[in-house]
Amino acid sequence: MIGGLFIYNHKGEVLISRVYRDDIGRNAVDAFRVNVIHARQQVRSPVTNIARTSFFHVKRSNIWLAVVTKQNVNAAMVFEFLYKMCDVMASYFGKISEENIKNNFVLIYELLDEILDFGYPQNSETGSLKTFITQQGIKGQHQTKEEQSQITSQVTGQIGWRREGIKYRRNELFLDVLESVNLLMSPQGQVLSAHVSGRVVMKSYLSGMPECKFGMNDKIIIDKAGKGGVTNEAGKSTSGKQSIAIDDCTFNQCVRLSKFDSERSISFIPPDGEYELMRYRTTKDIILPFRVIPLVREVGRTKLEVKVVIKSNFKPSLLAQKIEVRIPTPLNTSGVQVICMKGKAKYKASENAIVWKIKRMAGMKESQISAEIELLPTNDKKKWARPPISMNFEVPFAPSGLKVRYLKVFESKLNYSDHDVIKWVRYIGRSGIYETRC
Amino acid sequence: MVCSVSICAGEIFELKAELNSDKKEKKKEAVKKVIASMTVGKDVSALFPDVVNCMQTDNLELKKLVYLYLMNYAKSQPDMAIMAVNTFVKDCEDANPLIRALAVRTMGCIRVDKITEYLCEPLRKCLKDEDPYVRKTAAVCVAKLHDINAQLVEDQGFLDTLKDLISDSNPMVVANAVAALSEIAESHPNSNLLDLNPQSINKLLTALNECTEWGQIFILDCLANYTPRDDRESQSICERVTPRLSHANSAVVLSAVKVLMKFMEMLPKDLDYYSTLLKKLAPPLVTLLSAEPELQYVALRNINLIVQKRPEILKHEMKVFFVKYNDPIYVKLEKLDIMIRLASQANIAQVLAELKEYATEVDVDFVRKAVRAIGRCAIKVEQSAERCVSTLLDLIQTKVNYVVQEAIVVIKDIFRKYPNKYESVIATLCENLDSLDEPEARAAMIWIVGEYAERIDNADELLESFLEGFHDESTQVQLQLLTAIVKLFLKKPTETQELVQQVLSLATQDSDNPDLRDRGYIYWRLLSTDPVAAKEVVLAEKPLISEETDLIEPTLLEELICHIGTLASVYHKPPSAFVEGSRGVMHKRLPARTGSGESTESPDVGAAGGSAPEAAPSIIPSQGDLLGDLLNLDMAPPTTSGPPPPSTGMQMGGMDLLGGGLDSLVGISHSVDPYAMGAGFGAAPAVMPASLNAPVGGGLGDLFDLGGVGMPMGAYIPPKIVWLPAMKAKGLEISGTFARRAGVIQMELILTNKAMSVMTDFAIQFNRNSFGLAPAGPLQVLTPLGPNQTIEVSLPLSTVGPVMKMDPLNNLQVAVKNNIDVFYFSCQYPISMLFVEDGKMERQVFLATWKDIPNDNESQFQIKDCHLNSDAASSKLQGSNIFTIAKRTVEGQDMLYMSIKLSNGIWVLAELRVQAGNPNYTISLKCRAPEVSQCVFQCYEAVLKN
Repeated sequence: MIGGLFIYNHKGEVLISRVYRDDIGRNAVDAFRVNVIHARQQVRSPVTNIARTSFFHVKRSNIWLAVVTKQNVNAAMVFEFLYKMCDVMASYFGKISEENIKNNFVLIYELLDEILDFGYPQNSETGSLKTFITQQGIKGQHQTKEEQSQITSQVTGQIGWRREGIKYRRNELFLDVLESVNLLMSPQGQVLSAHVSGRVVMKSYLSGMPECKFGMNDKIIIDKAGKGGVTNEAGKSTSGKQSIAIDDCTFNQCVRLSKFDSERSISFIPPDGEYELMRYRTTKDIILPFRVIPLVREVGRTKLEVKVVIKSNFKPSLLAQKIEVRIPTPLNTSGVQVICMKGKAKYKASENAIVWKIKRMAGMKESQISAEIELLPTNDKKKWARPPISMNFEVPFAPSGLKVRYLKVFESKLNYSDHDVIKWVRYIGRSGIYETRC
Repeated sequence: MVCSVSICAGEIFELKAELNSDKKEKKKEAVKKVIASMTVGKDVSALFPDVVNCMQTDNLELKKLVYLYLMNYAKSQPDMAIMAVNTFVKDCEDANPLIRALAVRTMGCIRVDKITEYLCEPLRKCLKDEDPYVRKTAAVCVAKLHDINAQLVEDQGFLDTLKDLISDSNPMVVANAVAALSEIAESHPNSNLLDLNPQSINKLLTALNECTEWGQIFILDCLANYTPRDDRESQSICERVTPRLSHANSAVVLSAVKVLMKFMEMLPKDLDYYSTLLKKLAPPLVTLLSAEPELQYVALRNINLIVQKRPEILKHEMKVFFVKYNDPIYVKLEKLDIMIRLASQANIAQVLAELKEYATEVDVDFVRKAVRAIGRCAIKVEQSAERCVSTLLDLIQTKVNYVVQEAIVVIKDIFRKYPNKYESVIATLCENLDSLDEPEARAAMIWIVGEYAERIDNADELLESFLEGFHDESTQVQLQLLTAIVKLFLKKPTETQELVQQVLSLATQDSDNPDLRDRGYIYWRLLSTDPVAAKEVVLAEKPLISEETDLIEPTLLEELICHIGTLASVYHKPPSAFVEGSRGVMHKRLPARTGSGESTESPDVGAAGGSAPEAAPSIIPSQGDLLGDLLNLDMAPPTTSGPPPPSTGMQMGGMDLLGGGLDSLVGISHSVDPYAMGAGFGAAPAVMPASLNAPVGGGLGDLFDLGGVGMPMGAYIPPKIVWLPAMKAKGLEISGTFARRAGVIQMELILTNKAMSVMTDFAIQFNRNSFGLAPAGPLQVLTPLGPNQTIEVSLPLSTVGPVMKMDPLNNLQVAVKNNIDVFYFSCQYPISMLFVEDGKMERQVFLATWKDIPNDNESQFQIKDCHLNSDAASSKLQGSNIFTIAKRTVEGQDMLYMSIKLSNGIWVLAELRVQAGNPNYTISLKCRAPEVSQCVFQCYEAVLKN
């Protein structure tokens, strides 16, 4: 199991050190600093073995978090734990920075004591942690016995993510479908790989212990319903693509997995506040919101001509936002001249790229940029590696075609019904790694 | 740098004053300062009494800080730590469950022997606490205490309490109890602590649905250690574990994959459920690749194992392993590895286009690997070879030094795979001769020149140019140069006499390297005594090279599959290679499928054997022999990462190398072949020194490998082991075991054809043996055995054959014939298959016989670590035709009297003494033929322990 956890600043100074196992000595702290943080070459693996001691590390801005162990631990669990630890810290004091960690070190120790016991991860739900790790020390004494047992039963209980007795005057639900569309395209416009990884994020402000059921246009469900004789003619005619094939999905721990496995229905008792209900991945019939057409011509040894066309490929009534095209330039670039029809374009020498920004763009439009790149003559034999052109954008629909069909709320004990809950649904498609080779 | 950060006396003094202040706030601030100093490694142990004084507080935050300090320094101040005991005891009775849990959690971390005894009572109470939060904390505390003082935990009966917690109503308590028990069990490999049976498994599976994500991981990891009784149980567990594949936590997913991969072994392949399960595994594995990069890395290392074990799962998922420009380098390299493994005719065009792209990237390691991958594709997919070669030529034209060198190394392999096909490119290669500065590339180039000496006009000049700096070259290049010049001489004797003399004298007289000298002398003598023979040896046709490389040796792969998700799977090393002490030393194995042998399906590692220390990164001949090694194998630099060999005893009888078995078959007693002997010694060190393994490493490693597979005595029906490896039998691999089913002795064989041609006309014959075993019918292999096919045969045996006493008694020498040749091997059978069904003696007869047999014939043995009670043992033994005649209990000791009858009428009488609570049994055997006693005892042990 986990033997200890250290947090370092970018210089390698220890900010937090908590050792759980006797086989981890103080020298482990230094071993990691010397061999990883101060290593001459960039470390090539997130797992490092130094003198039969294994170190797992992640970096958040310039803070290093390292788990150390001498045993054959579950490596996936260690990383999941590290990410979780970052989430918990962030929800307590915001950004993970040296200053914040120093200011909150007592809190962090308290959290580490609670979240890990003898190196075994315990409860790590921020919601329930916040009920008893408060940094107002005295709270423990003012709680009634009832409150105390409520805390412990929640921490250890089957529904560790929600406490009893939540009340809202207005029962409200916000549902965001957030997708990132990833693309790798050849210079000839052939899709080499494309997938959408999506998340359904919810903010629920519901009273009591509501039972929820979430439905979307999952192909398997729709096909099943179709076979069952309940054909929905109206649904078919409205849009050409009414159901989507989901390659795989994972759920928040509140979702009953066995029920999904047997009936493919998504039912759960939601945590209070914001949480991620599910993640999914699709690869079929993806709407690629933009197409990038690159043209790079080398004119002699000291000049490059670049022309890039982008085409938007969605309903004209919709608007894409925050469009940014990044065109890499060679290292020996001496000067760049750009002309673009729309938006603003700039050569950023420090990033070795031309960055072209467009605030808004409607569907079924196209725009173009052309640039002349002057090169310094070099005697470097190696050719320029031509990194791909990457793109960023945000569109108000789900590129996978996912649609929320329903989200039903049942709370039998309190007297509000599904109709009384105010629900908001929003779709946002963003670019993930959206690259076109040139 | 331990505690080197000094703290000045003034600071200590100041803190001391603050700690003893009356004001609570000031106290707290002072403790905070102390902890802050502690964190950065300053020694603040001098403040121990002052800090402990702050412990008696009703401020929870302050209390936690003091506890933190205590955990750090208690060990260095054991006497003062006792001061804290009272507070712990008191806190364990606090009304607030959070405080009770805090106390029990902390006191387990005070690693002071003197204190532990005081903590037992509070812990006992907490284990039975009404609040689940306290119970789950107490469960972990048992593991902590066990780590400090294992004996104390056992004596206090905490282990039983812990076992009871597995049935707790709260899922988190169950999960922590499972975690604690698994950890304790790991340090007692043979104990029966985690007594997993269908009932307890059911409880775990129920808790699995309800506990936290971390708890699910503990439970799944524990489940993976269980071996289901039959395929039905294994299927029902799989069904209940599958939903975990959709969990958001990747570790839960990977642990579930581990359970499924393991239990799948037991499912019959024709089952519908089996293929459904296979299909269900792919999507979650792909999803892991959209996690954060560190997790992706862990996932990819595991996928690498899964792809080797079951390539069918991900064969259609090539695209997801395409490298993204912004992937961290560790993810890129791993993805590339998997791409090569998944490359097939169906996707080769896409893969090649990608690889070509990667070869222009920035990172040197990545580019090299991409170039190498192109070569691998050429060898793996014949249709693509031409395209690959032209791609490689394009890359050579870039003149980027490391790309050129890498390309030459892989082109050498392509030449070996497709001889006489792409020689036209040699000219281009020769142009780059001067730019080669890495030994591997130089050696590859020299090999090419030597191999095609007759077509390269100036081969002698080229080789001569290398000869100038002979002593500065690495061994690999020297060996290769020697061989290449000898080849050249054999092809063009007239012009190169001088050259060959020069190199031979350089190698034999001027070199300190024994390998080089030895090889030099061999060539010299060959050339001087019999040039024709020399030609036959040196220019012999080379064995084909296999398509897959870098495969993990099958037994290691099986072990690693059992460790999916853990560090072992990331390092691709067994836990014993990086874990100290007793933990993790136990080797895990996949369960055997009932009725078929998984082992024969294992990827063809052929001759050189994965565990051979040289584990060639580029080429492993699929059918090498010692000669082949001499000629070709020094291409591979010895890698240091060879897995440590399994430490099971060697079995000399099973390793007839050069026909020793033939002699014994015609009646001469079996002699241990000197080569086998040598192998035994040579393989002893875990990693052979580099200089030793070049010429014969492959052969030796393989021999050793065979020895490590394990004695057939392991179980009542022992697991199948390889009796005849493919390299000894021109591609025929035989593995098998013995069983007694319904009174008939059966030899169960798996024949695998690992050669390129079809095998037919199988027949089998036994040498005379101790109990007259002989085939009762012909070997039923009706259809010809095609390349890469496997067939299972069950051969009924009779015991009426000719008898000759063997040593060991249960040794059996076998000859198997097919259309290619006759092969010999020897194996050992468990004597229990000779125990007949009517072996139950009458009581009176037993008594009389027992007295009748002289006491000199009695032998006593100990069976260690057996946890069955006498009744269970008796019924288990009965299954193997060992009959209990009477049972007597004297002073808490059970005495079982048993009888056995062997197929040749020999009676064996036994007295088994079992003392309750003592895992060591004593057994006395009496028999008129005392030589069988040893074998019978081995059977007892095998039956009782399986």
